Amino acid sequence: MLHFPTWKTAIVLIVLLVGTVLAIPSLMPRATLEAMPSWFPKQTVTLGLDLQGGAHLLLEVGMDKLIEERLNTALDDTRAALRKANIGYTDLSIKNNAVSVTLRDPSAVETARDLLRSVLTEGMEVADDGSALTIGYSESGLTQLKQHTVEQSIEVIRRRIDETGTLEPTIIRQGEDRIVVQVPGITDVEELKRRLKSEAKLTFHMVQGDGGVGAVPPTMMDLPQEDSARLLRVEKRALVAGENLVDAQQSFDSSGRPVIAFKFDSVGARKFGDATSKNVGRQFAIVLDNKIISAPVIKDAILGGSGIISGNFTVETARDLALLLRAGALPAPLTVIEERTVGADLGADSIEAGKLACVIGLAGIIVAMIVLYGIFGIFANVALIFNGILTLGLLAAFGATLTLPGIAAIVLTLGMAVDANVLILERVREEARNGRSAITAMEFGYREALGTIVDSHVTTLISTLLLFLLGSGPIKGFAVALLIGVSISLFTALMVTQLMTSVYLRRSRPKVLPL
Amino acid sequence: MWKPLHLVPPNTRIDFMRFHRFTFILAVVMTLASIGLVAVKGLNFGIDFAGGILMEVRAPQPPDLADLRGRLGGLGMGEVALQTFGDPNTVLLRLPQQEGGEEAQQAAISKVRTELCIGWDYRRTETVGPKVGSELVKNAVIAVALAMAGIFVYVWIRYAWQFGVNALFAMVHDVVTTLGLFSVFGLQFDLATVAAILTVAGYSVNDKVVVFDRIRFEMRRYKTMPMGEVVNLSVNETLSRTTVTAGLTFISVLALFLFGGQVLHGFAIALMWGIFIGTYSSICIAAAGLLNLRHSRIRGDDEGAKESGKGAARGA
Repeated sequence: MLHFPTWKTAIVLIVLLVGTVLAIPSLMPRATLEAMPSWFPKQTVTLGLDLQGGAHLLLEVGMDKLIEERLNTALDDTRAALRKANIGYTDLSIKNNAVSVTLRDPSAVETARDLLRSVLTEGMEVADDGSALTIGYSESGLTQLKQHTVEQSIEVIRRRIDETGTLEPTIIRQGEDRIVVQVPGITDVEELKRRLKSEAKLTFHMVQGDGGVGAVPPTMMDLPQEDSARLLRVEKRALVAGENLVDAQQSFDSSGRPVIAFKFDSVGARKFGDATSKNVGRQFAIVLDNKIISAPVIKDAILGGSGIISGNFTVETARDLALLLRAGALPAPLTVIEERTVGADLGADSIEAGKLACVIGLAGIIVAMIVLYGIFGIFANVALIFNGILTLGLLAAFGATLTLPGIAAIVLTLGMAVDANVLILERVREEARNGRSAITAMEFGYREALGTIVDSHVTTLISTLLLFLLGSGPIKGFAVALLIGVSISLFTALMVTQLMTSVYLRRSRPKVLPL
Repeated sequence: MWKPLHLVPPNTRIDFMRFHRFTFILAVVMTLASIGLVAVKGLNFGIDFAGGILMEVRAPQPPDLADLRGRLGGLGMGEVALQTFGDPNTVLLRLPQQEGGEEAQQAAISKVRTELCIGWDYRRTETVGPKVGSELVKNAVIAVALAMAGIFVYVWIRYAWQFGVNALFAMVHDVVTTLGLFSVFGLQFDLATVAAILTVAGYSVNDKVVVFDRIRFEMRRYKTMPMGEVVNLSVNETLSRTTVTAGLTFISVLALFLFGGQVLHGFAIALMWGIFIGTYSSICIAAAGLLNLRHSRIRGDDEGAKESGKGAARGA
């Protein structure tokens, strides 16, 4: 006990020094930190949304709707292909997540199958059973579709949020079809949700006439208009779609009304040019998310690939829509299934409350330890303070997020971290009572208590680890802080106090321990 | 230097085991009663589990709750629960899950926002949809079950099955009575409470391990001493540590309860109860439970010599 090897001393001091350096930036006021020279470490603890304010949204990608849409397209494609090839069929419908059709002539099955394979979108497969054919997603096709759709949605979300500039969102995939969007410091969450949820699917369709009269032919659909109650009947097939857009900006038309000026890529420009030159004098509909925003008459062929969308816009709405069009359409609708928003004020209040609880809890424990264990209580207190500092330092170094429950974990760790010292010191007292000399009692105390300390810490770590693995959001923050705090307490409570104790014993050589 | 305080005087010999049958029965009764209570009265689930909408709003001056309740109640969104939260200006507003899927939740928030006055500060808005709620329940149950199983296996391997069984029973007792406490007082049960319960489970076993360690040590040292005396001796020897650690942890959690803010109240209450009940169950359930099981093999020379060098080293 008297001899604490120099290399051990060096390690302890180095660890404490490094830990403290890592923790310092997090303890400084932000302004002071920013004013520090560039060599100074700047990595601070990341504050969770519940402490700095912001929005956490869990979005679900509407795969069902997307699949339904895709099947509808497959249905239309099947109809068109079979008609074109003059293959008779009946019972064309969607059943059990697949398109099914029965051929009049069973001998045409093979021709029909090959024909359909050539028109189908990726991931779908055709199966035949006698004269019946079913067209649907294969398992791998479906997985791929989901994967692709979620990735694409994330990309679109990122572009939509990034367009506004100042925000620093975290956008990650969760599970099979979910996306977590965390935006710190945002104030208007309603606006954010609106922006994320608009599909912004822009398509151009030829208008057939007034809607709402007679039966709708299978190749047509009736859509509502934004500025009037009248339905218009338009062709289902789009002339060209928003995915061919390369640019969209808010602008003004000749009479000074806000419009959106857009530009197609070469493919889009060709399609649009073809369609407009063939249909001069006819009306076409500009459709956004299944609503007609305007239905102008084609005056001339539009060959340059750029044009304007007029409609019932204000400068604001035109600018928003232009942004959405630039960012691209969502491949599938998004639904907010969980939302947690915290205002910056509440976050700041929580930090203050957390700090206060920390300081008071720490003060209470420091006093109690001194009353109970005298000078050795002071050693334990020093170790305890280092425990807090190192926990903060490691949280910062790992880039872990400190949440309100995380602060609770730090406060709780205060109590649990001194447990190792309590175990040791109680053991030392016993050994001293049993007649051992001051120094051997100390030595035995540390050695005997070690097994117990490790065992008791492991049980705490087991439950904390599970909390970390299964918990979400703020609870993960609790688990991380507790995990780090309790692990570090093994170092501080054992090594740091041992170092101080050995120095003390060497200096004062007490006959009887003041314990 | 002053003389440090000895919380538990040296050579304290309290006969804890005298009542071991009584405390054991009490533990069984408490556990069953808590289970019954949770089954009958249920838990006051927060929106994390029940789904729904929670808003914390701060008004410039104390709002008229009755008027607010009337206005919001008239919107046809089900029962609107209102309470002041922390200070009189702050109101916590809770709506049940809205019919009509995920979109309906969002619509309800907008409705509330238009109904409330301008100039109010929305401190917090949380919406949990039906799907997420049920998943969170599932994850919480899995987490608690796995933690208990993990700790049980660890204690079993590290000590012996008798210790594992007793630790497990005591842990179940602690967790279940914590649930009972939440049920009795209708305290809000949310994700933070689950974290607290897992921490209670961890703390509970942490405490038991210390006592078990000493019991195993003394069992080997005094091979012929009756089990009751061994347990009593060990509990008394570790009593000082048990009370000090419980007291210190309690101090830190009390600070959390008093100063950590309203959001952490339920969390702190669960932990305070857990520290109390965990300490009690270490002595009166886990240690006392050892009296009811046979231990011939643990005390045998063969295993004792192999498993614990430190026991032999000190036993002399």
